[in-house]
Amino acid sequence: MSRGGFWSVALAVGWRNAHNFFTNPAMAIPALMFPLFFFTAFAGGLSRVDSVPGFDFDGGYTTFVYGFVLLQASAFGGIFTGFSIARDFESGFSRRLMLAASRRGGIVAGYWLAALVRAVFTVSVITVVALIAGLTIDGSAVDLVGLYTLAILVNAVAMLFGSGVAMRLRTMQAGPAMQTPAFLFLFLAPVWVPYDLLTGWVQAAASVNPVTLVLEAGRGLLSGDPTEVLPAFAVVLLLAAVTVLWAYGGLRSAERVA
Amino acid sequence: MLARRSVVRTLRQPLMVVPSLVFPLLLLSINSSGLESTTMLPGFPTDSYFEFALAIAFVQGALFSANSAGTNVANDIESGFLNRLSLTPLRRVALMMGQLSGILALGLIQAVTFVLVGVAFGAGIEAGLLGAVVIVAMSLTISLAFGCIGAFVALRSGSGEAVQGVFPLFFAALFLSSMALPRDLIEIDWFQTVATYNPVSYMLEGIRSLVITGWDGEALALGFACAGGVALIALAAASSALRTRMVRT
Amino acid sequence: MSDAAIEATGLVREFKKGPRAVDGIDLRVEPGEVYGFLGPNGAGKSTTVHMLTTLLPPTAGSARVAGLDVVADGAGVRQAIGAALQEAALDPYLTGREHMRLQTALHGMRGEEARERSDQLLARVGLTQAADRRVGGYSGGMKRRLDLALALVHRPRILFLDEPTTGLDPQSRSALWDEVARLAGDRGVTVFLTTQYLEEADVLADRVGIIHKGRLVAEGTPESLKDEIGRPSVEAIPCTRDDLPRMREVLSRFGEFVTGSPKGASVRLSGGEAQLADVVRALDAEDIHVEHLQLHRPTLDDVFLSKTGRSLEGAAEEPQQPEEPVPA
Repeated sequence: MSRGGFWSVALAVGWRNAHNFFTNPAMAIPALMFPLFFFTAFAGGLSRVDSVPGFDFDGGYTTFVYGFVLLQASAFGGIFTGFSIARDFESGFSRRLMLAASRRGGIVAGYWLAALVRAVFTVSVITVVALIAGLTIDGSAVDLVGLYTLAILVNAVAMLFGSGVAMRLRTMQAGPAMQTPAFLFLFLAPVWVPYDLLTGWVQAAASVNPVTLVLEAGRGLLSGDPTEVLPAFAVVLLLAAVTVLWAYGGLRSAERVA
Repeated sequence: MLARRSVVRTLRQPLMVVPSLVFPLLLLSINSSGLESTTMLPGFPTDSYFEFALAIAFVQGALFSANSAGTNVANDIESGFLNRLSLTPLRRVALMMGQLSGILALGLIQAVTFVLVGVAFGAGIEAGLLGAVVIVAMSLTISLAFGCIGAFVALRSGSGEAVQGVFPLFFAALFLSSMALPRDLIEIDWFQTVATYNPVSYMLEGIRSLVITGWDGEALALGFACAGGVALIALAAASSALRTRMVRT
Repeated sequence: MSDAAIEATGLVREFKKGPRAVDGIDLRVEPGEVYGFLGPNGAGKSTTVHMLTTLLPPTAGSARVAGLDVVADGAGVRQAIGAALQEAALDPYLTGREHMRLQTALHGMRGEEARERSDQLLARVGLTQAADRRVGGYSGGMKRRLDLALALVHRPRILFLDEPTTGLDPQSRSALWDEVARLAGDRGVTVFLTTQYLEEADVLADRVGIIHKGRLVAEGTPESLKDEIGRPSVEAIPCTRDDLPRMREVLSRFGEFVTGSPKGASVRLSGGEAQLADVVRALDAEDIHVEHLQLHRPTLDDVFLSKTGRSLEGAAEEPQQPEEPVPA
């Protein structure tokens, strides 16, 4: 008889997903290359932007860009885990998991564990590269704990959102449905310049985009000038609660059709 | 007939056509609002980032074309259609141009769309109506250049997956250029060096000059030379790969 | 509470705006029994298995597996059963051993216990040597064997096998049959096996349920089902093709024609095996020289034919309803 409980299932699913990520270059390389590439292109190509009148971030443009790339890597790391879930449904492997897992919630928890491991790896590599490229961190140890906790929560929100989509659509065609909202939320924000230097409709969108709050809080923690940290955490935790329900609904949807 | 097939097949794939039109325009809109403040940098050539960034849409559209061309050719290889063509008297060059006709058709639609959208949203084309025509011509040359690269990758590898795998490299080429800022405003030395040697910079600058400056002979010459040069080299490479793939007595 | 291993009452599964994939199935499988669920593609076999293994909720009716309701106590049912479904659903990036590791972990096994169980099962299905190769490189037969091993990891008392030998070569099929027979015989495992192969049901199953268009049209031991049909058929091929029309006229006196060799004629003997001698005498009286004469006893296909009006093998080639509803 099986005696697999919630955490047995979660650890097993997490192990398998993380194992595949680290043993398959086709999975690991894009997850690393895109944020590294954006970091290089923005920090390298747009560094003069910190000379724009009104650019009031003290940490330098490399640090400014790092704040965004950290968020982007965390978010897309979660979305890519959503892709893995969609692929498992399309290939039928999810059926094996649904059949073997007495506690099916553990499956989603397992994917989240894998997303977390993947994000820690990706963010570590990006941080090392950024430090070599001149990233300056003026935040305290507490600030940094806050910053990376925020990143982990963003990763979880993105993963839960992606998993809810993947479990409802159960096909790789779900990719754009996951990527497009993530892209829009990330880029309708102060990506290249602080909020006050945005213009036009992007500024209007950024003013209501929760990512703006998270991004500015993150940059503040990096530069040792924490700002809006509690509201940022509140927003992310609220999004986390919403996306947990979204993912749970997705699991129920997947259970209705084998 | 092959050209007709290529055109019809390309334009009948909404998942190829729509993103190649919508995505560059969306990015143009986001980037323009996001980076408008950079026009305040001393030496920035225009006070409208939208006018500066318009050229990027043409090149991004061409990158989608490369992906589309490569994927279509790869599908023809994987389905055996190319083998069937080998059995006809069709000459290789004609076959190649037939396959690329779809890209040119898509490139024309993209170029005209981007020009019209640009003008509709307030970009003045300093070089006037004739300049707009030259923009379309340069855009088509760029589409052809990247399309031939996509076709080359497909013919060498025979695989749609390989074409998809190369796609990020195209974006790398676009990003490591004078895409976001003029070359003389790029602060990081190595980045400026890479952008200076990157032919994509000159393609962007050629189109950009027609929008912002008017008639800049040097920029136009370099733009056409780079686009045309890449197109010729890629076409030659693709033809060679096609010869290998269509070996016949 | 019923002590049946598997029990279904009025089990129904409907498509959205479409016909019923499963249309009121009643069945009961006793502990230790091998139950063969036989039917063509699209008959509803896999849908039934998915409901019994908690992968799909019934639209109506109920089912109990290992004494537990499949809807109310799905978790409990999953702990008691193992299943090897129609698609082996393996991860091409994992090795056979890594699959075993995943499966043992899913079932709460750890450390030495998990390793020993993995080694034991891999040896049992003959995959020890291939265990450290990625499954993407396995043959179809190897994948099926691995799938069976994975289904047995937690020593389930009830095993569901959904078309386990479809697409396998005869040697692999035979090996799998041996393993299923050993499981049921030595270890008393209840096996619910779906198949479209008559021979498989005939050889393996203690009892057979024949399903057609979502309904159980016959149920019983293979022998009792065949005995119901009762009548054997005789197939004759003339030495000379020109004699075929006369041969057909002679044979028509003994029963109705059935499908057989295109070179000859086959009739179902209305009077049973005893008529064989009469057939020979009648052919001889007409001076028809026979190259081949064979008596065929009823098969499960004949049973299917009698219940549904069509042959099981023929039914497999007709356009079928999809087994599962379109996802919401």
